[in-house]
Amino acid sequence: MDKSIASLSDAVAEIDDGAVLMIGGFGGSGAPIELIHALIDRFKATGHPKSLTVVNNNAGNGKIGIAAMIDAGMVAKMICSFPRSSDPRAFTEKYMAGEIELELVPQGTLAERIRAAGAGIPAFYTPTSVGTELAEGKPVGEFDGREYVQERWLKADVAIVKAELGDTYGNLTYRLAGRNFNPLMCMAAEKTIAQVSHLVEPGAIDPENVVTPGIFVDGVVEVSNPQQEEVLVREGAVYE
Amino acid sequence: MTQTGENFPKLNKAQIAWRAAQDIEDGAYVNLGIGFPELVAQYQVEGREAIYHTENGVLGFGQAPEKGKEDWDLINAGKKAITLKPGASFFHHADSFAMVRGGHLDVAILGAFQVSQNGDLANWRVGSKGVPAVGGAMDLVHGAKRVAVLTEHVTKDGKPKLVEKCIFPLTGVGCVTRVYTSLAVVDIKDGRFVLHEKLPDISFDDLQAMTGAELTGKDTAGDLITPDLAD
Repeated sequence: MDKSIASLSDAVAEIDDGAVLMIGGFGGSGAPIELIHALIDRFKATGHPKSLTVVNNNAGNGKIGIAAMIDAGMVAKMICSFPRSSDPRAFTEKYMAGEIELELVPQGTLAERIRAAGAGIPAFYTPTSVGTELAEGKPVGEFDGREYVQERWLKADVAIVKAELGDTYGNLTYRLAGRNFNPLMCMAAEKTIAQVSHLVEPGAIDPENVVTPGIFVDGVVEVSNPQQEEVLVREGAVYE
Repeated sequence: MTQTGENFPKLNKAQIAWRAAQDIEDGAYVNLGIGFPELVAQYQVEGREAIYHTENGVLGFGQAPEKGKEDWDLINAGKKAITLKPGASFFHHADSFAMVRGGHLDVAILGAFQVSQNGDLANWRVGSKGVPAVGGAMDLVHGAKRVAVLTEHVTKDGKPKLVEKCIFPLTGVGCVTRVYTSLAVVDIKDGRFVLHEKLPDISFDDLQAMTGAELTGKDTAGDLITPDLAD
């Protein structure tokens, strides 16, 4: 078995129009910038994939990453908890113009919906959002005298994530707080592609230290010395 | 201490944060909301150790790093660079919110637009305009064992922030148990505001006049006394 992929363009070749695409990261930490930019390259060259639904905690920052996808016109809908950032212009413009849809989900509910999809649990009850406008239209159940809102799993066609070490079996580790949504998204997608800073042979990662077991990962592409979204935003970088 | 528009003394933000910090027990696991509540960490009581949780998957973080020493993979929920204390840990987002919803956090301290007398909190949006963003606030208010709020007692134009019923969209229902304001410490018990402490220079009646619902506890309230602190 060898899940390694030779190039970034090969890694994003099978993401279709209208796909639900999970993108790992929280703000700039753990964001797979090179995979996102490879997808933008493909869109600019071929017009595909378009009309994507993107799942991320945020909705892009500055003029790179998810913000650059939105600017390019590839994204029809964002599912996120916090579509704001130090420079949220890309999303804000499209949203105010009615050109992009938003499904706003409380952050813990977003994480659990993704986890539930990965774990094969179609719905669950949470106290989060009871009695608020984000619970409108959702079933409410009472358990031990307290009300809870029913939330459904959130599945994806493809997840793209950023990891630190990855072996050819797809076992992954993460760097610092870059873990965040990445391990959950690996579980919830039909197909998961990880960019890793170091591609290693099986056995090179101590099994005690594997965070995402390879069963959740379909492809691994090595990106040495990856770019960091927050650093790029602070430099005023633009991806076109 | 500074003066309000009506020449009432009031606490500055640092003093409100200091007062909230006095109630954090040794060994507590604490989540501080983005912005004003983050100040509480500066006034941790000597001899007590609190462990700070941040939604994006870190327990046991410390102060911001020196300028230029930031590692932007190591941030808090406010997307600010942090450092780690010995004994820190990383975990994914579902575990992070299991800590929250599962009742493992001792205290969450949040900001507020309004708090109602039955403990409803409104702190995520003020109307239907603009881009809505909720983050982890709705999860935090239903998870921590104690949910407290830091706020000015009244808005900039003098309107009460402690009210009978919130008019802004709710973050959570019946979740807040204590409010630290620029004038008082107010508990929420059985659907009522119960004064715990007030600034000694303000009369109960003046405080009632700046509060949007009935205040009880006139005879049992203590004095709210803080050190002088620069904002």
